[in-house]
Amino acid sequence: MLELLEDLFSYSFVVRAIVVGICVSLCASFLGLPLVLRRYSMIGDGLSHVGFGTLAIAVPLGLSPLKVSIPLVMLAAFLLLRIRESSKMQGDAAIAIISCSSLAIGVIIISLTVGMNTDVCNYMFGSILAIKQGEVYLCVVISVVILFLFVFFYNKIFSVIFDENYAKASGTNIEFYNMLLALLTAVIIVIGMRIMGAMLISSLIIFPALTSMRLLKTFKSVVVCSAFLSVVCFFMGVVISFAYNVPTGASIVAVNLISFLVFCLISFFKRKKELI
Amino acid sequence: MKILSCVQVSVKYESALALNDCSFELDAGNFLGVFGENGSGKSTLLKSIAGLVKPNSGSIEFHDIKKNDIGYMAQQTGIQKDFPASVYEVVLSGTLCRHSKFYFYGKNDKKQADKNLELLGIEQLKRRSFQELSGGQRQRVLLARMLCAEAKLLLLDEPMTGLDATSSKQMCHILKDINSKGTTIIMVSHDIEGTSGFCDRVLHLGGKEC
Repeated sequence: MLELLEDLFSYSFVVRAIVVGICVSLCASFLGLPLVLRRYSMIGDGLSHVGFGTLAIAVPLGLSPLKVSIPLVMLAAFLLLRIRESSKMQGDAAIAIISCSSLAIGVIIISLTVGMNTDVCNYMFGSILAIKQGEVYLCVVISVVILFLFVFFYNKIFSVIFDENYAKASGTNIEFYNMLLALLTAVIIVIGMRIMGAMLISSLIIFPALTSMRLLKTFKSVVVCSAFLSVVCFFMGVVISFAYNVPTGASIVAVNLISFLVFCLISFFKRKKELI
Repeated sequence: MKILSCVQVSVKYESALALNDCSFELDAGNFLGVFGENGSGKSTLLKSIAGLVKPNSGSIEFHDIKKNDIGYMAQQTGIQKDFPASVYEVVLSGTLCRHSKFYFYGKNDKKQADKNLELLGIEQLKRRSFQELSGGQRQRVLLARMLCAEAKLLLLDEPMTGLDATSSKQMCHILKDINSKGTTIIMVSHDIEGTSGFCDRVLHLGGKEC
């Protein structure tokens, strides 16, 4: 085991991926809880597909994928929330339309330009090799900003998602916090997409929160537990992916799934015990 | 002292008229009961006062009441059943709308939360999870949150829903108690017999006119 870890850390690309991945999983777990509680889980999924579409535009043009994707996905997040609020169209329908269309557009652009190659496969399913040296700093800085914002607005976010009507009636600017959450989610999705892949990144957002909610019943404990779970599952996923040579994103999701099932089991037995 | 005046307020949802031409004035310290049939627009009136629904015509004006002086309690459905939150976290969050810039809880906020928990007789629930509470306990927790917000005007939408006779009596007494300390209350209810005795003013909303 120790040898495996030593081996793992001897590659600089693995170290880069782990640094970025830990930042991303921390942020994702923090953002995930509000999204899950507000029934916005699908926004993460929709935005990741938009992210794929934007990557497909950036790559043939030779632009830096991060710099193209972040603003475009943020724009998509902004639009999604606006559509939700205007309520002319069902929120989940809007997400489905936007996510399918951008995926389709992305696939078309790719097949017309560079063709379906390993690069594309990496965007779909993630690759630990994807993080370049220069991107590490950008990712770390963005993650720190997100963490700071989350901690600063922690109590406000709680009151807004707990009871939106009350918060609105007593003068809180709901739209601001909704928008903040959506925009931060957009950013973290674009960054995390490189490792996790467009298809799997939303799991990083929803799994830790859902898992912790099985067992814990206070907001603070759920936040702390999901942050912890998120980082641990990420790390274990990377180790497994390295040891068995399977895609990183998929093994991280698998570890998350296992932890979710374990938590479900524990909560089941706990409840049974309480009944007796 | 007048704190609220509604003049000919009408609200439409899509094309259906939800509230038709409602006018009244409210003085500080009033306990107003709003009664009426289902669909007469009781909840809609409350929502438009809370600023959640925009009236199509008419005006709602506050005098000496700022937005963060208002506490609104919706019918129970508003809050999710599986939301992980302790009672203390919920009550403490009430103090937030008193903060203008700084978003962390101070010593005073915590003191106030403890005081209000005690006032409503739920200090033993402090560490419990909100989702495990009974209906009556939840209402008290939400009320404690509004007291923490030092709301001057409470808007309560059917606060007795789901409570048995004893606890709804208790709830009424608690509300009367809060009211006697100077808080203005508007309460929507369909139970005239049980609750109108506690109100010092009553507003009847008529049925739908077609």
